[in-house]
Amino acid sequence: MNDAFGHPQSIVVLGGTSDIARELVALLVADRGRSVVLAGRNQVALQRAAQDLIHVERVETVVFDAENPDDVDKTVAQCFEAAAEAVDLVIVAVGELGSQTTDELHPDRVVDMMTVNFTWPAAAMSAIAGRLRRQGHGRIIVLSSVAGFRVRRSNFIYGSAKAGIDGFGHGLSESLRGSGVAVHIVRPGFVRTKMTSGRSPAPFAVDPSRVASDIVRGVARGQTVIWSPGLLRWVFSALRLLPEPLWRRLPG
Amino acid sequence: MTATVDSSPRSLSGWGRTMPTTALVSRPSDAPSVLASMCDDSGGIIPRGMGRSYGDAAQCSGGLTIDATGLGHIGALDETAGTVEVGGGVTLHDLMRHLIPLGWFVAVTPGTRYVTVGGAIAADVHGKNHHQEGSFARHVLEMTLATPSGMLAVAPERDSELFWATAGGMGLTGVVVSAVLRLIPIETSWMQVDTQRFTRLEQLMSTMERSDSRYRYSVAWLDCMGGRHGDHRSILTRGDHAPHAAIPDRLSGRSREVPGDPKLRVPHTAPGRLVNRLSVRALNEAWFRASRETRSLLRPLAAFFHPLDGVHQWNLLYGPRGFVQYQLAVPPERGDVIEDAVAAIASANVPSFLAVLKRFGPGTPGPLSFSQEGWTLALDFPLGPPELHALLDRLDDKVATAGGRVYLAKDSRLRPELLPVMYPRLGEMATVRRRVDPNGVLASDLSRRLGIPR
Repeated sequence: MNDAFGHPQSIVVLGGTSDIARELVALLVADRGRSVVLAGRNQVALQRAAQDLIHVERVETVVFDAENPDDVDKTVAQCFEAAAEAVDLVIVAVGELGSQTTDELHPDRVVDMMTVNFTWPAAAMSAIAGRLRRQGHGRIIVLSSVAGFRVRRSNFIYGSAKAGIDGFGHGLSESLRGSGVAVHIVRPGFVRTKMTSGRSPAPFAVDPSRVASDIVRGVARGQTVIWSPGLLRWVFSALRLLPEPLWRRLPG
Repeated sequence: MTATVDSSPRSLSGWGRTMPTTALVSRPSDAPSVLASMCDDSGGIIPRGMGRSYGDAAQCSGGLTIDATGLGHIGALDETAGTVEVGGGVTLHDLMRHLIPLGWFVAVTPGTRYVTVGGAIAADVHGKNHHQEGSFARHVLEMTLATPSGMLAVAPERDSELFWATAGGMGLTGVVVSAVLRLIPIETSWMQVDTQRFTRLEQLMSTMERSDSRYRYSVAWLDCMGGRHGDHRSILTRGDHAPHAAIPDRLSGRSREVPGDPKLRVPHTAPGRLVNRLSVRALNEAWFRASRETRSLLRPLAAFFHPLDGVHQWNLLYGPRGFVQYQLAVPPERGDVIEDAVAAIASANVPSFLAVLKRFGPGTPGPLSFSQEGWTLALDFPLGPPELHALLDRLDDKVATAGGRVYLAKDSRLRPELLPVMYPRLGEMATVRRRVDPNGVLASDLSRRLGIPR
């Protein structure tokens, strides 16, 4: 159960090896956390992430393949069973940046990118929402991206999938009004993680720890959309209105 | 037999409004329908009265909440024995309005009349007379309890384990369907009150130690925001029910006036949060200046016992994020913990309005009953100051080390591992619960959050 300060006792992470999710979990379990379930595609990496949580009473891992949407229901069920108590918070951090220039030449890769960044997490959120609704309370934090706010030539496969999951999150949030379940959509800018390693940082680049603390603050304030850093809300609100010829010429 | 179950779940939270969860709600109006409600046990069941516990004691996320306020009958008064049989859903407000014109009063009243008898038993509430007459359950002669294993009649001398597990048991043993209460006779509805002011905490505490025994009712209010030199001013009010002889002629027509309904209400358009550092300072200042030193001043009963009941839904003043109540109890010789707590709050500069200090007499045998002999301090804080949660965690440690505890009816944030330190007899509670609730149906958000064992 959550306490009065919104500290969860039981957390499930889909994409448990994500750098942002790991920082976020580390922040959240410090106070009242007693059960964490980490789900991801690589058991070895999950075990490594689990070692960070050595002081948490119960840490479980679940392996799944985000390229296989048939897996969704089973994976979510496994996670909730592994938690062994009501799940207060689910972090959906499933995603892959891909490589735009090669992916766009291979329709199979486009399908995979859409599955990992949109289809799988969207289906998972539906399954999670149903369970949290029955449970009477709970939160979903889903990692969207500024890349989905206005999709660009340079990463439109990833960006359009994120636009999809962002919209899905909004609709789901509305559908859950009055159910006791809340959805928070996180829109980080460029985050220096293993996902972006080797790429030159965009302006306003931040570390995963900053994203995590922005999320904690946004959740405490009850924000449905959480930007990180917060300034990007205004930057992208302006960029969205930029005429196409100018938008096209922006670097990055 | 009637019990209406809402078809759609309702969002429920405690008086502090901090942790809403949704559940189905049934409102049975007689004993058989309470039992019938208990058949649907898929997501847990917990009784709820007026929802005045501050945290998550009277809600059961994803399960069923039994709204007991339909059990509202008030039986005949036994004037010889000084007792009355009432439904578990009767509020102390309604009971007082019934009893006062007849010359009787409840033996124990908490700071609000808007609690049910069942809730008062489940939290084993205390009043300003705890140092003399103990907590609410001390004055319960018998009760009928709807449990998952059926209707059970219990009393201190009949199944005393179940009786005392229910007293302070936060609803985790079943629904109090009815209870027989011991009453006290009163001549008037007025109180004779002595008021003293202090500028230093130790003066207040030594006065209470020395002379509380001369008064039936005693409570102190202190300003935790603190003065310049670490001094904390306080107001001590003590008194008893006024006899006929003390009522002047001009009030003689009103000598058994009953408490009315709230005259003020907080508008729903109230701005974000009216309780903050500035307003708390101003209110404390006003309160302190307005109170004079008095001897035997006549005060209406409601003004003495239930000052906040005059404002309907005063909890809305804390804004949408709600507030946290914190009440601790420590043994008589650990007054230092009280001084430390007050100093810690003052130096952290978190606003706390209404810090209430009181001495407890001996506690009851209830394994989860809060009151224990010594000191008790009650505080409330608006949610918001980032340092608040760590401050309360540190206070918990001090309280637990001193052999004290925090009040579960107010809790919304205790570290679960401290529960067995504060309430070492959890095992006895678990034994009783396994007997009356073998399938583990009864559960609340509180019991899940703190891991109250069964």
